[in-house]
Amino acid sequence: MKDNRSIKERDLGSKPAREKVKIAAFLCKWCSYAGADLAGGSRKKYPPNVIVIRTPCSARTNPLFVWKSLEKGLDGVLVSGCHPGECHYSEGNYHTRRNFAVFRKLLEYIGIEPERFHMSWVSAAEGDKWAEVVKDVVKVVESAGPNTYFSKKKEDNG
Amino acid sequence: MARIGVFVCHCGTNISATVDVKKVAEIAKGFPGVKFTTDYRYMCSEPGQDLIQKMVKEHNLTRIVVAACSPSLHEKTFRTCTQNAGLNPYFFEMANIREQCSWVHDDREEATLKAIDIVKLAAAKVGKNNPLQTTFIPVEKRVLIIGGGISGIQAAIDVAFNGFETVIVEREPSIGGRMAMFDKTFPTLDCAACILTPKMVEVNQSDLIKLYTYSEVEEVSGYVGNFKVKIRRKARLVDENKCNGCGTCWQRCPVRLPSEFDMNLGKRKAIYVPFPQAVPNVPVIDQEHCLYINKKKCGICKKVCPFEAIDYEQKDEVIEEKFGAIIVATGFTMFDHSIYGEYGYGKYKNVTTGLHFERMLNSSGPTGGKIVRPSDGKEAKKVVFIQCVGSRDEARGMPYCSRLCCMYTAKQALLLKEHNPEAEAYVFYIDIRAAGKNYEEFVERVQDEYGATYLRGRVSKIFQRNGRLMVRGCDTLSGTQIEIDADLVVLATALIARPDAIKLAQMLHIPYDQNRLFTEAHPKLAPVETVTTGVFLTGACQSPKDIPDTVATASAASVKACGLLSHEKLPIDPQIARVDVEICSGCLACQEVCPFGAIEKEEIVDRVTQQKRWVAKIAPSLCNGCGACNTACRPGAIDLDGFTEEQIFGQIESLTADKGDER
Ligand SMILES: Cc1cc2nc3c(=O)[nH]c(=O)nc-3n(C[C@H](O)[C@H](O)[C@H](O)COP(=O)(O)OP(=O)(O)OC[C@H]3O[C@@H](n4cnc5c(N)ncnc54)[C@H](O)[C@@H]3O)c2cc1C
Ligand code: SF4
Ligand code: SF4
Ligand code: FES
Repeated sequence: MKDNRSIKERDLGSKPAREKVKIAAFLCKWCSYAGADLAGGSRKKYPPNVIVIRTPCSARTNPLFVWKSLEKGLDGVLVSGCHPGECHYSEGNYHTRRNFAVFRKLLEYIGIEPERFHMSWVSAAEGDKWAEVVKDVVKVVESAGPNTYFSKKKEDNG
Repeated sequence: MARIGVFVCHCGTNISATVDVKKVAEIAKGFPGVKFTTDYRYMCSEPGQDLIQKMVKEHNLTRIVVAACSPSLHEKTFRTCTQNAGLNPYFFEMANIREQCSWVHDDREEATLKAIDIVKLAAAKVGKNNPLQTTFIPVEKRVLIIGGGISGIQAAIDVAFNGFETVIVEREPSIGGRMAMFDKTFPTLDCAACILTPKMVEVNQSDLIKLYTYSEVEEVSGYVGNFKVKIRRKARLVDENKCNGCGTCWQRCPVRLPSEFDMNLGKRKAIYVPFPQAVPNVPVIDQEHCLYINKKKCGICKKVCPFEAIDYEQKDEVIEEKFGAIIVATGFTMFDHSIYGEYGYGKYKNVTTGLHFERMLNSSGPTGGKIVRPSDGKEAKKVVFIQCVGSRDEARGMPYCSRLCCMYTAKQALLLKEHNPEAEAYVFYIDIRAAGKNYEEFVERVQDEYGATYLRGRVSKIFQRNGRLMVRGCDTLSGTQIEIDADLVVLATALIARPDAIKLAQMLHIPYDQNRLFTEAHPKLAPVETVTTGVFLTGACQSPKDIPDTVATASAASVKACGLLSHEKLPIDPQIARVDVEICSGCLACQEVCPFGAIEKEEIVDRVTQQKRWVAKIAPSLCNGCGACNTACRPGAIDLDGFTEEQIFGQIESLTADKGDER
């Protein structure tokens, strides 16, 4: 299996660094990011596989970001925002929902495992929920295993 | 090329207990562009901040990453620190390795690896930060208040007291709102007119308050500090400057119509003031029913007016004014309970609502303060009150509790007894919710001192038997079925949003909830603000409120509005969207998704073809930086400062293979 990490990082410990899946999470700063902060404040434990990229609103998260993440070899992507109707900018997450409904179909069509892409609505008050979402997402992405879709394709083509 | 400095915080042991901060600092040295890294016990402390500033000078750093707590805590602190170090304040990024790392993981090695990723992400972003300048906009020092009920009135008085000019736009011919309809108010039973009228007069006499009654807001553009508002002043057909309210016209007008203000229990004329204490005390002509307007007959009012104030030719006028802040005070309306067929509203004249009852209680009301049966005008001796009509009923009504019905019903039962000690009052309730100051005591008094009979249970049917109105319900406390022959039934219907609430919300770009009530920016910490900066909420348009709460929010909203106006200029966040007109195709997909109406089209001359074409233009002061337009724009003509495409793609790439290292 191809190790996605730099040598320096791999040297850090005894564990093979790519033993586990790596997931990018795009969180809006008003709800889901604040919810993740709250999970920290209340010391909820969850697996370390998810790295957060902060956005102003979930509507900022372009499906292309998700595409790029998967193309670059991340094993899964999570997009999370405020609950529908509670977007800080009032309607941003409706656009998000629409954008990604289409995108999900595209992934399906292309043949990327649906297990790799997730969406959730987590409010600033839902620290517990954030921890649960991460646990679930990690479990499901793990079930799909490392993402080799694009690297395989490259090999096929080259 | 950016020269990045990375500062890793221990946060005492909050971070360092789980994350090997020294290791993080060491590994970060290898990230692209990073020229200096270090760790420190408390980065946010003064010595911590001094350290950043010193290292910027010593190592010629141009960008700063602080790996510490959440940006919601200290982003501001370190931005200022970055600025103090002589750099653009936006040349800074925070790596959240506490809330989202050390506090949520146990395994030191795993947490350290994750912290490294988080720092890498921040370093990848900060290198691509654009220098941003906070811009300032001048503030128009006037407040617009939409709605002239008690909330709008109180807000206007408070704003004026602070020395700012305000305009009240009220749809009806007079200010006063619902409160003007009441006789007495709970829990102290002061007479509504006695406490409201002086405030209405104050509004009318203040040099700083302008009143546009019989007017409506038609269009709002602009942004905090600079709202441009179109106001339609409907034709009164009476010249406000000439009329002195003598009343000769309405005494002589031959057309008699049901009075809306009196809940159709009394009559008004085609030229009328809604109630005697109206402010302004200037009538309007009801154009739909005026004989002169419709048939060119009559014309009496014009003939009798001693001041020649009647002007049949008057037209609606649309004026435009500028405001720095807007207070929304449009109040509530009552739930239409005709949906509850079992209560027989519309079928039985003697089934009425709380507002009808208020008008009957009022000594200057349609019945002169007598409680009567609308069917025959005879005195009503046995009155059944039914609470929670349309409230707390997810299936057919509103899911929420209207908060005041328990109280106004108790008040009405009490006043019924005061008007006629012989009368009997029965109250059907589900729960009594009397949580205000002296409220519980008030409800107790109504039962103990005034002998109102409280029955816990629902009414299943209202019907007629032998010409009498029968109310059948159950008393769940005694477990008995009850039938009461009533002269009058009073339904405590839910307080709900006005029918045009959504239209107004869209005009102002403020959100509303599933019940069409306007939504505050934060239910606890920003209860009178909205997410649209400069637009504030007060009174019952936000949620059912009694007068004390309404007045409190009115004062709160005016403090917020005056706070804004006390600035000569307002800063606007520079992390907003911008359009590259070279790439923009003019499709305006962006305009459709912008929740703030910040995008308009603009005609430009194409640099290459020299042809005119349309492109999108974003008003910096309206844009809130959500980035929806970014995503909607197919050609990729829009970017969002602070969260640019280049930055986010850069972050993604930094997370994946670090090819350079591997070779
Ligand atoms: C039957 C009954 C009895 C009550 N008794 C009591 C009591 O005893 N004690 C107590 O504390 N509370 C009582 N209340 C509650 C009280 O009515 C409210 O607290 C109060 O009226 C709220 O004031 P407001 O200004 O927010 O709304 P409103 O009184 O509804 O005033 C809103 C004003 O805005 C105007 N308006 C609306 N939309 C627009 C628009 N688009 N453009 C321009 N103008 C607009 C309306 O014409 C109105 O004048 C009672 C309520 C009811 C229903
Ligand atoms: S969506 Fe993009 S291309 Fe279309 S008008 Fe807006 S900025 Fe221009
Ligand atoms: S970033 Fe959001 S608020 Fe700003 S113009 Fe785009 S859609 Fe409107
Ligand atoms: S701000 Fe959270 S989804 Fe829009």
